[in-house]
Amino acid sequence: MSKHASYWKANLRLVITCLVIWFVVSFGFGILLAEPLNAIRIGGYKLGFWFAQQGSIYTFVALIFFYAWRVNKLDQEFGVHED
Amino acid sequence: MDLQTLTYIVVGATFALYIGIAIWARARTTGDFYVAGKGVPPVLNGMATAADWMSAASFISMAGLIAFFGYGGSVFLMGWTGGYVLLAMLLAPYLRKYGKYTVPEFIGDRYYGQSARILAVICLIIASVTYVIGQMKGIGVAFSRFLETDYDTGLYIGMGIVFIYAVMGGMKGITYTQIAQYCVLIFAYTVPAVFISMHLTGNPIPQIGLGSKMADGSGLYLLDKLDATLKDLGFGTYTDKVRLSTFNMFVYTMSLMIGTAGLPHVIMRFFTVPRVKDARASAGWALVFIALLYTVAPAVGAMARMNLMDTIQPAPGQWLEVDQRPTWFRNWEKTGLLKFEDKNGDGRIQYVADKEKNEMVKVDRDIMVLANPEIAKLPNWVIALVVAGGLAAALSTAAGLLLAIASSISHDLLKGVFAPNISEKSELLASRIAMALAIAAAGYLGLHPPDFAAGTVALAFGLAASSIFPALMMGIFSKNMNKAGAMAGMLAGIGITLFYVFQHKGIFFVADWKYLESWGTNWFLGVEPNAFGAIGAVVNFAVAFLVAKVTAPPPEHIQHMVEDIRVPAGAEAAVAAH
Repeated sequence: MSKHASYWKANLRLVITCLVIWFVVSFGFGILLAEPLNAIRIGGYKLGFWFAQQGSIYTFVALIFFYAWRVNKLDQEFGVHED
Repeated sequence: MDLQTLTYIVVGATFALYIGIAIWARARTTGDFYVAGKGVPPVLNGMATAADWMSAASFISMAGLIAFFGYGGSVFLMGWTGGYVLLAMLLAPYLRKYGKYTVPEFIGDRYYGQSARILAVICLIIASVTYVIGQMKGIGVAFSRFLETDYDTGLYIGMGIVFIYAVMGGMKGITYTQIAQYCVLIFAYTVPAVFISMHLTGNPIPQIGLGSKMADGSGLYLLDKLDATLKDLGFGTYTDKVRLSTFNMFVYTMSLMIGTAGLPHVIMRFFTVPRVKDARASAGWALVFIALLYTVAPAVGAMARMNLMDTIQPAPGQWLEVDQRPTWFRNWEKTGLLKFEDKNGDGRIQYVADKEKNEMVKVDRDIMVLANPEIAKLPNWVIALVVAGGLAAALSTAAGLLLAIASSISHDLLKGVFAPNISEKSELLASRIAMALAIAAAGYLGLHPPDFAAGTVALAFGLAASSIFPALMMGIFSKNMNKAGAMAGMLAGIGITLFYVFQHKGIFFVADWKYLESWGTNWFLGVEPNAFGAIGAVVNFAVAFLVAKVTAPPPEHIQHMVEDIRVPAGAEAAVAAH
């Protein structure tokens, strides 16, 4: 497999991992599982409600920086980075 | 000093600042005009993107909708932030690598043909104009309150200001102005939230205050108290009332997320960074600056609702007397956006869920954020600041969108298709004329907006989600996607979404032009039109793959182009090539 093709494969794997987390915190915890999670509380927040209105947003920010950091490393590893 | 004078001063000062920056950084070439010469560092680009992104819908409208939808309002919070994850991972770095000016340009090249490019321009204009209607609603609300006139007059004045503002500068002016606007709007949003959170819960950080106990000595958590109050009056609890259905919330959120990643004015932002690496980081920075407002918004919403309920019902069973209405109440009545009717003639205002007995006959959701500091009796300078912030949000987005509309008409249609030899000067002139026409159209439709500002904007996202996003994503991630497939997908996606939206809201949002009303509303699995974009996107993908399967694969050079945009190396060369 060419260098570019294996870089692309590694990148796709990373993207998929990140998108699974993205889906779980928002659509999972914030919507589909919100009702059972609401039985758990942190302070005045019900957990499902917290994920929908706070937690998912914090996770998204962390995810993008994590992705950027990892993919920059991939660029170096495969020698496809910009000069 | 009275509120009106103070508002004039604060709004005037911020405007002078923006216009000063716009003049200082005036666009001189088309390169400057469209993408600020590709020289904006990621943190600043992120800040400008955040200002561009956070419009009247985010600033003026969203917390108001959350105040009334409660948990159901989460669709906006997750939808308008989660899209950045998609943008950062699926689109931004690759489009930056490709290195052209506009979204239709990419679609035209990737799907090898002017017809694909023209179709993309049409989809883009439909989505962007709808978006501008939402901004116009927000601007109209802000100006009507600020100048104490009715909504329509406020809207006309707003149109004039947007016109002067957007036509003067290009992207370069806009990028630096937007950084200033971000600072104004985030300050204006957070300051009252901190005051109110402090007052209600004793905790100055709104994100924590929302989960804290009331400072009134009741020992109740704020959210629990709100739940109890609303339940008593028959409104349904705040923290777990879903918006129509769980499925509707799911697709609503999805629609806003993929719409975020399909709206041209945001994508264009990522053409302005120096390197592919910066495109990834920029998306992250943009979301940091957006999250600052978006994590405060739920606190603003819940606390505004709490204060509103407490004003109208100071003690349980004790309703506000008609002639005791506070000044803010009377002022908003002048705009026509707040109305009461003493139905039972007892000289008091009852506010309950039961439509027969409810006497707050009109509470426009879009007034909540602007009225919030007044309801909470904050000092006048804070109220003036919020008006300035709301206008900053609306103006910055309107300008960014108008730029996207203008560039797609002048750059993609005129220079790209109909008049390739047009001079730079005529191209600039054409784009300014296009802006003026877009403002007029959006302003006219804004007189009778299809929904609250955030709802209207949600419709725009649905249209972008169902047309642009799938075409871009498949263009990068599927080497085999061909012209016939992509075009059929875009047509099917936006077609079915427009069909559903117009059936509910009327053709081009003219309420008299509804059709098939006997089908009822939300007939497709209970999905509301604002949320339908996700379904449109699924249709787009499905049709595209089916058609691509039975038609010829894209030519060799296109497949090479796709391979090339997937790797960052060589990005500088791509820029130099045009």
